[in-house]
Amino acid sequence: MAKFSHVKSTIREGFRMAIEAIRQNKLRSILTLLGISIGVFSVIGVMTAIRTLESSVNSQLDILGTNTFTIQKSPAIQIHGPGGDRKIRQRKNITYTHYEEMKRKAKLPLRVSVLDETGERNIRYKDKTLKRSAELLGADEWALRSINTYLADGRNFTPDDIRFARNVTILGPDIVDILFPFEDPIGRAIKIKGIDYTVIGVTERKGQAFGQSQDDFVLIPISLYIQRFSNRWTSLAIVFEAESADMYEKTMDEAIGLMRVVRKVPVEEENDFSIISNEELMETFAGFTGGIKIFAGSVSVIALLVAGIGIMNIMLVSVTERIKEIGIRKAIGATKRDILSQFLMEAIFLSQFGGVVGVILGITGGNIVAIVLNVPAVVPMDWAFYGMAVCSLIGIGFGIYPAWRAANLDPIESLRFE
Amino acid sequence: MADLISLNSIKRHYDVGGEIVRALDGVDLTINKNEYISIMGPSGSGKSTLMNMIGCLDSPSEGIYEFEGELVHEMDDNQLASIRNRKIGFVFQTFNLLPKATALRNVEVPLIYANISRSERIEKAKKALDAVGLNDRMHHKPNELSGGQRQRVAIARALVNDPSILLADEPTGNLDSKSGVEIMKILDSLHDDGNTIILVTHEEYIADHADRTIHLFDGKIKEDRKTSKRRSVSS
Repeated sequence: MAKFSHVKSTIREGFRMAIEAIRQNKLRSILTLLGISIGVFSVIGVMTAIRTLESSVNSQLDILGTNTFTIQKSPAIQIHGPGGDRKIRQRKNITYTHYEEMKRKAKLPLRVSVLDETGERNIRYKDKTLKRSAELLGADEWALRSINTYLADGRNFTPDDIRFARNVTILGPDIVDILFPFEDPIGRAIKIKGIDYTVIGVTERKGQAFGQSQDDFVLIPISLYIQRFSNRWTSLAIVFEAESADMYEKTMDEAIGLMRVVRKVPVEEENDFSIISNEELMETFAGFTGGIKIFAGSVSVIALLVAGIGIMNIMLVSVTERIKEIGIRKAIGATKRDILSQFLMEAIFLSQFGGVVGVILGITGGNIVAIVLNVPAVVPMDWAFYGMAVCSLIGIGFGIYPAWRAANLDPIESLRFE
Repeated sequence: MADLISLNSIKRHYDVGGEIVRALDGVDLTINKNEYISIMGPSGSGKSTLMNMIGCLDSPSEGIYEFEGELVHEMDDNQLASIRNRKIGFVFQTFNLLPKATALRNVEVPLIYANISRSERIEKAKKALDAVGLNDRMHHKPNELSGGQRQRVAIARALVNDPSILLADEPTGNLDSKSGVEIMKILDSLHDDGNTIILVTHEEYIADHADRTIHLFDGKIKEDRKTSKRRSVSS
C-alpha cells in the first residue's frame, strides 16, 4: 500500500516536473515534441485511412452479391510476375457454349448466369448523345442480380428477350440523366451504334464507390451482345450463386470441376480460368493495404527513431542544465531512484504529449481521406493505443540513459556546479 | 547520554591526477545532542569535507562514523539518502533553493522524498515557513525574495523533516550584515529550542555564537575549545 502510494506520488511528481520543464523551455520542447508527433501522425494517419477504406470496401464488395462467385478468363486484379501476363492471355476464351454447358450440368447452384461488358460511346436518343464512353453490359434475365442492383421503373429481361435476342435495354440512372432529362424513357427507343433498342427498365441509383459512378451502364440481352459486340477477344464471365453460405464451398468445387471438364483441362494442369469471389477480392485488397501498412510502418519507425534521438538529446541537455538542482535534491534526501524516475517520467511525458498531438492529427488526417472518398469516418482506438504505448517505450528507451546519468551524479560535485 | 555523532579516526583521501590529497587525515570528534558547534579553519583545511562527511554526502576512505548508533561508513547510497532526508538539515552559503519553485514548494521537496502525503506536506511546510517568519512570502519564487529571506526559506527546508542535526555552511557568507544577524538570531533560537547545530564559518564573530569551536588545519583538528562568551558580539 505504501509502495503503491509512493509509485503514485512519483508519477504525479514526474508529471508535474515534466509540465514545468516543458513550460520553461517552450520552443525547445515543442520542437522535440514535433518529431514524435510527426512519427505518430504518419502511423495513425495511414492506419485511419486504411481503416476507412477497409470498412467501405467491406460494405461495397457486396457488388458481387452474397453467396456468388464468378468464373472468367483473367483474375479481377492482375499482379503479374514475368511471363504471368502472357500465360493468362494465352488462355482460351470463355464462350457462350461453355456457359450453356455449365448451366446444363451444374446441379448445385441456385442460378448460373452470364455477363460481359465493353465500352461504347455511340449511344444516342434523338439529338442527345453521350459524348463519352459508357459501360455496355450483355446479360441474361439475371442481369440485375449479377450486378447487384434493383429496378426503379419498368421491367427486367424475360427469358424470351434473351432467347430471341430482342432489341430491348435497361438503363442505369446516369444514362437516363443525359438522354432523357425531361422524358420518361420507358418505351422509347435509343440508338446504339445506329440500331434501335427499346428501353424496358431503369435501375435504382447506387451512387459512387471509390470516386466512380456505379450508375453509368447500358444493359442489353447477352444474345444480342454476342451478335453485335463480340470479337475474337470476347470472353464471358459466368456468375454462380449458391443456395446458401453452407453450400458455397461445394458449389464452387462443383463449378471448378465442371469447368475443367467443359474446357478439357488435363488433370495435371492448373485451371485455365480464374475464380473471382468476395473473399478473393478482399484478400487481394488486404495484400495491397498490407503493403501500405508495412511501408507506413517503416517510415514511422524511422521517424520515431529520429524523434527518440531528439528526446535523448534534449534530456541530456536538460540534465546538464540541472546538475545543481540534482545536487540539491540529493542533499535533501533524493535517492538515485528518485532522480532516475524524475527524469524518466519527464522523457515519457514529453514523448506522450507529442504522441497525443500525433494521434489527434493522424485521426483527423485519416478521416479527411474518408470524407474525400465519401466513406464513413472511423476512430482507430487500437492504433491510438499502440501509438501511445510506443511513445512510452520511446520515452523509456531514449530517456533511460540521460536519467541514469542524472541519478549517478555525485552530490557534492553537483552542488558545487555553477 | 548516547552520543549523537561519533567520528573515529576518519580519513578522506582524494586522488587528484595521481596525487593523493588528504582532505581529512584522522579526525576524532564526538558531538552530543543540543550542542552548538562552529568549525573554523583556513581554506583547504578540510572544513567542507568534514561538513560533507557529517552530512552523509561523502563517505570516509577510512575510519568509523556513527550517527545515533548507526554505522554510516557502511551505508550504501540509498541508506545515505535516507539518513540525509530524515536526520540532517542543510543550510548552504548560496542557499541552493530550486529557482523555479515557490518558497512553499522548496520547503515541501524533502517531504516528497520522505513519502509524506500531499496535504500533510503542505501543512508541515507552511508551519516551517511560519517558524522562520515567512508566512506571507510562501508563494514567491527565490528571485522574488531578498537574500535573507532566501536563507530563511533554506532554514525552513532544513527543519521541515525535524532533523537530528542542522548543518550550516557559511550561512551568512552571501548576506549583508543585517540579514546575517537575523539569520544568526534564528539559529540561536533554534538551538535554544533544543536543536543540534553545526556551523562552518571563517568569521570569528559568527563562530562565537557557538558553545564550542573546532579549528581544522591540514585535515586535522588543531583545537577544540569551549566558547563561553557566546552572543556577546553580534554586529
